[in-house]
Amino acid sequence: MYMFKYVMKRLGLMLLTFFIIFTMCFVLIKMLPIPANVLPGMDPEIAYRVLEGRGWITNIREGANGVWEYDRVPVLIQYGNYLKRIILDGDFGIATTLPGYATKDLWTEVFIPKLPPTILINIYSTLIGVPIGLGLGILAALKKNKWQDQLINIFIILLISLPSIVLAIVIQYVFCFRLNWFPLGMETSDAYFTWPVIRSMLPAVFALCLGSIAGYARYTRAELSEVLTGEFMLLARTKGLTKRQAIFRHAMRNSMVVIFPSILSEFISVLSGSLIIEKMFGINGVGGLYLSAITNTDYDAFMLLSGFYTLVSLAAGIVIDISYGIIDPRIRMGAK
Amino acid sequence: MTHQDQYNIPADKFQFVRRNDLSHDKKLDTKPVSYFQGAFRRFCKNKGAIVGAIVILCLVLFAIIAPFFTAFTPRYYDMSYAYVTPKLQFFDDLDINFWDGGRVKDTNTVGYLKDLALMQETGREVIKGDVEISEDGKNYSYRYDTYYGVGFGKYKEIPVSEFEDIQRYQNETGRQVLYPVVKVTDRPTLEKNKYDANIYYKTENPNASVLRPKLDEEGNIIPNYWKYEVGDTHSQIMPYDSLRLEGEDGIIESVVKMDENGNVVRDANGKVVKEDKQYYYVYGIQLPSTVEVRVEYYEYYVYQHTQVLKDGIEEPSFIFGTTDTGKDIFACLAYGARFSFIFASVVALVNFIVGVIWGSISGYFGGTLDLAMERFCEILGSVPTMIIITLLKFHIGRFILEHALYEWKEYESALILFIAFFATGWIGMAGRTRMQFYRFKNQEYVLAARTLGASDARIMFKHIFPNGLGTIVTSVALVIPSMIYSETSLSYLGIINLEAGKTTSVGTLINAGQVAFQTGELYRAYVALFPCVFLILLMLSFNLFGNGLRDAFNPSLRGSED
Repeated sequence: MYMFKYVMKRLGLMLLTFFIIFTMCFVLIKMLPIPANVLPGMDPEIAYRVLEGRGWITNIREGANGVWEYDRVPVLIQYGNYLKRIILDGDFGIATTLPGYATKDLWTEVFIPKLPPTILINIYSTLIGVPIGLGLGILAALKKNKWQDQLINIFIILLISLPSIVLAIVIQYVFCFRLNWFPLGMETSDAYFTWPVIRSMLPAVFALCLGSIAGYARYTRAELSEVLTGEFMLLARTKGLTKRQAIFRHAMRNSMVVIFPSILSEFISVLSGSLIIEKMFGINGVGGLYLSAITNTDYDAFMLLSGFYTLVSLAAGIVIDISYGIIDPRIRMGAK
Repeated sequence: MTHQDQYNIPADKFQFVRRNDLSHDKKLDTKPVSYFQGAFRRFCKNKGAIVGAIVILCLVLFAIIAPFFTAFTPRYYDMSYAYVTPKLQFFDDLDINFWDGGRVKDTNTVGYLKDLALMQETGREVIKGDVEISEDGKNYSYRYDTYYGVGFGKYKEIPVSEFEDIQRYQNETGRQVLYPVVKVTDRPTLEKNKYDANIYYKTENPNASVLRPKLDEEGNIIPNYWKYEVGDTHSQIMPYDSLRLEGEDGIIESVVKMDENGNVVRDANGKVVKEDKQYYYVYGIQLPSTVEVRVEYYEYYVYQHTQVLKDGIEEPSFIFGTTDTGKDIFACLAYGARFSFIFASVVALVNFIVGVIWGSISGYFGGTLDLAMERFCEILGSVPTMIIITLLKFHIGRFILEHALYEWKEYESALILFIAFFATGWIGMAGRTRMQFYRFKNQEYVLAARTLGASDARIMFKHIFPNGLGTIVTSVALVIPSMIYSETSLSYLGIINLEAGKTTSVGTLINAGQVAFQTGELYRAYVALFPCVFLILLMLSFNLFGNGLRDAFNPSLRGSED
């Protein structure tokens, strides 16, 4: 019961935080001038009627010199309209100034199609990175201070100190240009599970997973070597378990207490992806959409994406906290 | 002896029990070592940290000193010298084909002939060293000088006064800037080739897109200069009185003599009469208000920068090469590094001050105040930095537009960065300070101080804070590189553009580097190389330095991660 109450409390707090941030963003955005997107050959009145229909402005009139005048709806009422549409219709608005997406529905036609590439490269990288990272970390901990450990350590230090931007550029230079193994950008096809598309994603996947391999290896090594010196390990061996049994049944499970939550949270944060990797490898994903929304000042798209990013980062944080309690019965959630 | 007397024993009546066996506290032989002295000693024993500190020092010195030693600035650009490779005069003189402004060029016969023609006309070493020719004789590979290879670029239109000034300059220095021109009607016909000043020779097919030089029987290029007879006047020929091409001073050709009516003159025997005529080349074509000239760009550049602009640039020689827009990478890197260091230190300092004050209040007093302050930090801390930066960008941009503060445009990006990194950066510092206060606030010495009546402020900053200082300083050292890295990433993504100001960023350079090799020309990887090396050195050295600091201040944490 503790557990349930704790989870509920954390979720409630998370939603509250999210609501505050989302409101703040909305108010700050609505303090800016409202851009009316008049496409070439379009009657400006239509553009303004669209804005009126979305509840941003009211009382449109054509003033002197053909300048369109309007009154602004108070921000809080705008916010009410906005939330109502989101909750009732799932309508996040339409893209106005995003190039190539004018007057498309933001949620279904712009945002959702951008998700798969972002999620896929991150899932691939997690699927490659976590096992290799754990394996290297375990190997290093078991062979502590032997040559295997030192080799892995050098590898880890190198990868961690290399900024990911440099790592990515080196990967692109070597694999896409010097060796010509992969195409330069990602294929723009929708068939995400065909070989040409997967192949075109691979450089980005490598660039992403090298960092997480190093992170997990370092983490696992530190945790496992600490657990291995614990007295219960000695007990396990004295009562007759083989080294292998002792390591897998006792040491591994204990070291996983810290590592497992971060793996879980990584599966949440795969949603948000990495702006740098997406830009560098030409991944047609959410990151690119965000950059495009900023440069073209498409405020509705910006609102949708900032809400998305905030929610993902909050959820990832909460998953870490809660999974500690699930995986380790010694930690009693919310206990005073 | 009365009861009273027992309390008033005279001092001389006391005696030592064992006179010979007196034990005193020994005075310490060693000098006392303060916390910071000890930390410094431990730091000095850590070789990695020392190396890190030295590298950081070198990078900081580079950022401070380098801008004073180069005449180039991030604002400078010269499209003619886009993608010229790194050149260090020292290595160029050694003649070892390294860092000499050259690159390996693989080309076909036409490309080779063009370079050869350029080399013959200007006498510059466009082709360095030996030429390797493939077995079928179609492919050539040689080391190509990217500076001299620019050659003449396009035909230039300059004012008459400049045309005269260049002649004066040529006479004074003996350096030839102006070269003979080709008559407009003799030039190749296609628009893209028409103004290509490198084509001074006859071509096999002037209408073709790729021009193949026409060769005479001996395999030499045939110059196609516009010549005029001495004494002949033409409205488009500019008077020229300066350096001329070697041997040109009297090109004497014997031609068939014509009479006034254009008939061939014959002598008494009916033979065609020949006469010698002296020709000169034309060095400038007069246009309505300007002069069209062919200038060798290398010399013209020197003339421009020493005579006209007088900006301290003496020769086109870029230590780290140039970008796609012809910016000097060395200057950009130095100015970018300087901005990064100044920016990161200022933000770290402000974050440190605010974070320490916030964290110490929150940690020391605890209770409801602490809870409220913590919630505030939590909410602010969970706004993604990217969103803060975007909102700031929108608002500051609008503010500048609305108030017509265009002179602020220069500082816009720096301002956005500063506010955004301050808004999120101090929270971490406050959290760390708060933890240190929680750790120490119930220690005996704090209780003792309180018992003696010390004020809260005194306990906080005289007793608790110095004890936590080590950890807090370490986190400042670790925050600086991460801030520089964030700034670099933002510039790389193009969200922040420091080029509007007087500086640039390493991230912008890395972006230029990626663009450079994405064109498919692999030698251009040098554009990305230097900023990347800088970034790697910076991150590595700060990590080593920070870890060394952590180990020195908290010996108990040695070897643990994070």
